[in-house]
Amino acid sequence: MPLLEFTDRGIYCPLAGVYLDPWKPVDRALITHGHADHARPGHTHYLCTEAAAPVIRYRLRLENNLQTVKYGEPVVINGVHFTFHPAGHIPGSAQIRVEHQGEVWVFTGDYKLENDGVSEPFELVRCHTFITESTFGLPVYRWKPQQTIMDEINGWWRQNRAEGKVSVIAGYTLGKSQRIIGNVDTSIGNIFLHGSVDNILDIFRAQGMVLPKTQRVTTQHKKQDFEGSLVICPPSAVGSPWIRRFLPYSLGIASGWMSLRGARRRRGADRGFALSDHADWESLNTTVRETGAERVYVTHGYTEIYTQWLREQGLEAHAVKTHYEGELSEMVEGEEKTNPDPVEEQENTTGGTAT
Amino acid sequence: MKNFANLFTALDQTTKTLGKIDALVDYFRQAPDADKLWAMALLSHRRPKRTVNTTLLATWASAQAGLPLWLFEESYHVVGDLAETITLLLPPPRTASDESLTYWINFIRALEPLTIEEKRAQIYDAWSRLDHTERFVFNKLITGGFRMGVSQQLMVKALAKHTGTRETVLAHKLMGNWTPDQNTFTQLLEEEQHDISRPYPFYLAYALEDDVTTLGTPEEWYAEHKWDGIRGQIIVRDRQLFVWSRGEELVTDKYPEYTVMLDLLPDGTVLDGEILPFLDDRPLSFNHLQTRIGRKTLSTKLLREVPVAFVAYDVLEWGGTDLRERPMHDRRAILETICAQSHPVLRLSALVTFATWEVLAAERLRARELVSEGIMLKRKTSSYRTGRRRGDWWKWKIDPLTVDAVMIYAMHGAGRRANLYTDYTFAVWDQGQLVPFTKAYSGLTDDEIRAVDRWIKQNTLERFGPVRSVKPELVFEIAFEGIAKSSRHKSGIALRFPRIRRWRQDKPAAEADTLESLRLLLDER
Repeated sequence: MPLLEFTDRGIYCPLAGVYLDPWKPVDRALITHGHADHARPGHTHYLCTEAAAPVIRYRLRLENNLQTVKYGEPVVINGVHFTFHPAGHIPGSAQIRVEHQGEVWVFTGDYKLENDGVSEPFELVRCHTFITESTFGLPVYRWKPQQTIMDEINGWWRQNRAEGKVSVIAGYTLGKSQRIIGNVDTSIGNIFLHGSVDNILDIFRAQGMVLPKTQRVTTQHKKQDFEGSLVICPPSAVGSPWIRRFLPYSLGIASGWMSLRGARRRRGADRGFALSDHADWESLNTTVRETGAERVYVTHGYTEIYTQWLREQGLEAHAVKTHYEGELSEMVEGEEKTNPDPVEEQENTTGGTAT
Repeated sequence: MKNFANLFTALDQTTKTLGKIDALVDYFRQAPDADKLWAMALLSHRRPKRTVNTTLLATWASAQAGLPLWLFEESYHVVGDLAETITLLLPPPRTASDESLTYWINFIRALEPLTIEEKRAQIYDAWSRLDHTERFVFNKLITGGFRMGVSQQLMVKALAKHTGTRETVLAHKLMGNWTPDQNTFTQLLEEEQHDISRPYPFYLAYALEDDVTTLGTPEEWYAEHKWDGIRGQIIVRDRQLFVWSRGEELVTDKYPEYTVMLDLLPDGTVLDGEILPFLDDRPLSFNHLQTRIGRKTLSTKLLREVPVAFVAYDVLEWGGTDLRERPMHDRRAILETICAQSHPVLRLSALVTFATWEVLAAERLRARELVSEGIMLKRKTSSYRTGRRRGDWWKWKIDPLTVDAVMIYAMHGAGRRANLYTDYTFAVWDQGQLVPFTKAYSGLTDDEIRAVDRWIKQNTLERFGPVRSVKPELVFEIAFEGIAKSSRHKSGIALRFPRIRRWRQDKPAAEADTLESLRLLLDER
């Protein structure tokens, strides 16, 4: 019996009877992080890191059925050892290491190698079998250092300010927003947040994350309050009536997809910033190599292509069909991942109508 | 090249017309004359000839990047642009260069006589000396198809702002046969030119979207049929004939029938009109003309089967005098004297007489039977303007034909639509089978495109490289302008200007149209 197997509900450990990031309701679910394609509603019991728990609890409206562990703290279920290790993807995100009688598997969920200053930095975990995402598993994706991208964002903000425009930047509420707020040059001006960004930020602040001062956009604000400031909103707010209050504004979009000119032009944004919370081509290759894994399963992204590439590198690689979307939904669909659960819909709506 | 790369970045980073004009003016202010001239050439579709084929470039780029060719190709499918794919995959440059745009264009042109090995060495050298954006521009120059989101009209606007010359004058000066090799910037823009082949910029009409009665009284307007050929300009000067197509292409040799113009027209004559296939006193469909386009040699058989005439709409120059500022009714009077004698090759575009808009509307409905695309409306007092303008000229096209079809294949688009499934193949029913009959790329809103894209990704049956076959489930109404028999298509038919009119979410696939119903629409000619 393999330690982990791929079922139509999710990744399953038959020895322990638990699922990792399942997409259909199950009894016991181990969750890597709070993005909607990984943390889904409807499971009976949830287990995740302490750092990821508050957001997951908030987003899924969980009460007493969420258990937490610290990074590195083992959980033993029926002789199988599970540990969570930082994935560097977003604050609180984890890879899950699964060990039984010396055999080690690692499931990454989503990950990136660069230390972004707000997420727990990625930790390399050696293993025999590695389950990796491949959101940007094509050699055309090569990220510039975060500081370079932040310099671009700062420069754009300064220029907009000089031209009397508001700078509106769209990025995921969970992850991208904290990363921008935590790294942008706050001496340029004020930072305003869309309701759904602010909600998540409140949770992180309560957890002890130290971030610069921000303000929530409310109906009380007048047009002149926004002058020269930076506004952070989810991708779904782009093109909505909500955004019109910032006119005249320049629209920036922060996403790995923005490294392609076609995607930038399609989004009709003034600027695209190639800032991604996922591993780029080089990082994927580095990680696969350094885990020492002999066998690799490739999940969401350019799955078939990356699998083929790994095979040509002499590895045993398999493509796996999952329901994870990576950053795909961020740009291709033009809106933030939405959860089929009505609670999540409701949250988005509340955030969107802070008018 | 730095200037030009910066211009490119500036243009790429703004979606606003004014921002683009400012960026161009900035560039014109800084760039040396030779570079300016090349920038103008590139932005008016005067590209250097391709000297290296794209397969070689792809092979060399993958070799430099240390990647297998299949992975390069997969990357290209996702990026949707060859020059950009190469740029993204190459290792970082080794040195920097400060050469001009003109230097790099000449560098590319000098590759022509070299052997493949020599070309490769040169290309590697260039790649190693250019930074990211410069490389992209260089790759764009070499692969052709240089588009920077700037129309010729916009470039002329910026140039007018830079030089302080009137836009219409500049537009005219930039028409025709100039090249950066034979002309200097000053020569081209400031001196009187003696190029006798030089055409006038075409005046183009917008489609009439409002009700026709909003145009005022019928007496103010001329109406004529909008013929479905290729818009062209006939120039007779110094006993020489020049035929230009709207794409600013000199096509004199393609239409030997027009040699007779030298007998029919005196020197100093320029006519605007339609290059139209005409047989037995009746126009043929555009489909027939298409058989002549792109042919290097015209067989006597083809000339016999698809002879062309020139249907004259307007006269722009007469007796060597530019008439464009004169009102349309004056020009029309002159045109009628020029075409007074009916001739099978030079034909006057007849006016439609109409006392009321209702009469004209009825005539418009006859358009398909007359093989025209609808009605053109021109204000009697209008001058002949430059480029596409609103107000005085309108095209009032007939409603398209439509068919409800099932999507069976999807491919991702290029450029702005790369990585998004936007190019669809449609099928209709024939004896219980779905037969593909057309592709269509446009017509959906961005929201619909995203929804369809998502549906495609979830309902893929098979993948063949960039193409996916999908569950035959979604029905779309396809609009088109014409339909003709075609031996090149499995369905036996070919559509003209197919596009998606709407997504029929109300219609199940089983209720889509049949091939038989399409065949009934075939023109018996």
